[in-house]
Amino acid sequence: MNRRNLALFIARRLIAAAVLLVIMSGAVFGLLYATPGSAEQVLLGTRVANEETRENIRQRYNLDEPLPTQYWLWAEDAIRLDFGESIRTGEPVLVAIRDRASLSLRLGAYGFVVAFVAGIGLGVLAALKNRSGVDRAVVSLSVVGASSPAFVTGVFFLYVFAVLLGWFPAFGQGEGLADQLWHLTLPALTLAFGAAALLIRFTRAGMITALEQDYVTFARARGVSEPRVLFGYALRNAMIPVVTASTVLLAATLTGAVLIEVTFALPGLGALLVDSVAFKDVLMVQGLTMLLAAVAVLTNLLTDILYLFVDPRIRYTRVAP
Amino acid sequence: MTSLVVGPRAQVGRRLLRSSPLTVTVSFVFVGLLIFLALFGPLLAPHGPESLNLATGLTTPNGEFWFGTDDLGRDVFSRTIYGVRYALFGPVLIVVGAFVIGNVLGLAAGYRGGLLDASIMRWVDLMYAVPGLLVTIVLIGVLGASYLLAVVVLVVLTSPFDTRIIRGVTLEQRSLPYVEAARTLGLPVRAILFRHIFPNILPISFANAFLNFAFSLVALSALSFLGLGIGPGTADWGRMLSESRLLLFDNPVAALAPGGMIVLTATSMNLIGDWLYDRLADRGRAR
Repeated sequence: MNRRNLALFIARRLIAAAVLLVIMSGAVFGLLYATPGSAEQVLLGTRVANEETRENIRQRYNLDEPLPTQYWLWAEDAIRLDFGESIRTGEPVLVAIRDRASLSLRLGAYGFVVAFVAGIGLGVLAALKNRSGVDRAVVSLSVVGASSPAFVTGVFFLYVFAVLLGWFPAFGQGEGLADQLWHLTLPALTLAFGAAALLIRFTRAGMITALEQDYVTFARARGVSEPRVLFGYALRNAMIPVVTASTVLLAATLTGAVLIEVTFALPGLGALLVDSVAFKDVLMVQGLTMLLAAVAVLTNLLTDILYLFVDPRIRYTRVAP
Repeated sequence: MTSLVVGPRAQVGRRLLRSSPLTVTVSFVFVGLLIFLALFGPLLAPHGPESLNLATGLTTPNGEFWFGTDDLGRDVFSRTIYGVRYALFGPVLIVVGAFVIGNVLGLAAGYRGGLLDASIMRWVDLMYAVPGLLVTIVLIGVLGASYLLAVVVLVVLTSPFDTRIIRGVTLEQRSLPYVEAARTLGLPVRAILFRHIFPNILPISFANAFLNFAFSLVALSALSFLGLGIGPGTADWGRMLSESRLLLFDNPVAALAPGGMIVLTATSMNLIGDWLYDRLADRGRAR
């Protein structure tokens, strides 16, 4: 690929990502005014409403300024990751997010590893044994997985593995690394169940197509070893649709994680979002939503760049249709 | 055996049904059962959905309460049956809404092309990248929990999937001779789109409606589960699951029954949708 085209492509995507973030930040800022009741009342929450606290809030959040100035001042703080103090606890939003993030990240990483190993493994297996009993079983599993909301899967796993079999703890987070992993296993499996369903689907379809290609037949004819044909030739090409689907996968995982944290009573970011939404803690919701938007935009950007490495045929000479 | 002459439509219907694999047949039977329960469930349910039996309290399944009772002594079996109505009503509204929006935008984008197409598709791309349920949680949480709002937001989030598919098939149809003929005859665009192209892409949107139904049911139940959909105490499956999940040690059926119904319903709809999709796509190609 032409180096100038590559630079142009990346620059264009960066600008698009920045524009998207600005639009989203506007929407996130607007949440304060979308909440029923005056902004002052919303920010006051359940605190006693004397003249002094009201004045403090007006000052702190620039409520007396015109709307564009308010947005500008908010955005300036938001860039420095300052989203104000939680209406519910008075704790800075950033501190609350930082304290809760590690649990969510561990849950996500654990779930993703399991999902990738199981999803790609089973997808390849189903493609190799296309139209056999194994294939049908794997496909059925993926249909059920895609149809099961995380909170239902979580409750079933809790019942089978914690209540009936007693293999895993039902609640709590555990002490020490091994015990913590132990406690996170059921939530991570729940997360993986939904994500693996999608991965199986895309891997199987991609792999079946790839195995029919001439280059696979030719590689076999040249005497290339079977594992190398499967993983070096077929799987690499089969991964292109998986990369395309990664934004869908991320959306499904984020949603799943929120439901799982509520189901297993884990104090992560998802549970924080649901609690804050229920309490109308708008500042906390703004912080979390902005974080979410940034993650979504960045993943999109990374996906586009990842394409370059997965599929060298793609040349970004024009905007994709 | 009422008539020897069978119309082409009925023939297609029969051929479709005869060739369906077992899982799809079972799914159709299950969906039929759901519709029956939605219509006549209240006549069959042994107890009212909200009648409390505080004297009985929580019980495991027995002769009187087939699925046991929850902590307020409400009959889980009856509540599961009443829940069918909520499980069908909301998703049907969403499916119909997404069908209308998806077809109008998809037909316009696919037929007209140009700037209209580009702007509609940018919007679709944006909606694809958004974690839909989380946006719904935030919007409904901030604006105030309401079932109607949940339905409206989910229509907006589902319609891009329809739009993209309808646009794709419209593009295919646009270059076919019958469309060219209609254009040559000087028919107005509206007539070409809705009288001529629309009937040909209807099967695909029909198949897609089943997939949308599964997604909508899961999303609505998740909102109820989080306390953002339907009001507390309602015999909605998501709501029942969230109120009974702490009873797993005492009466697991109270949580497993509504959860199982959500999964069975969504799986059936997905199986039917996938299968119709494959069939209809093949049929389209053979033409």
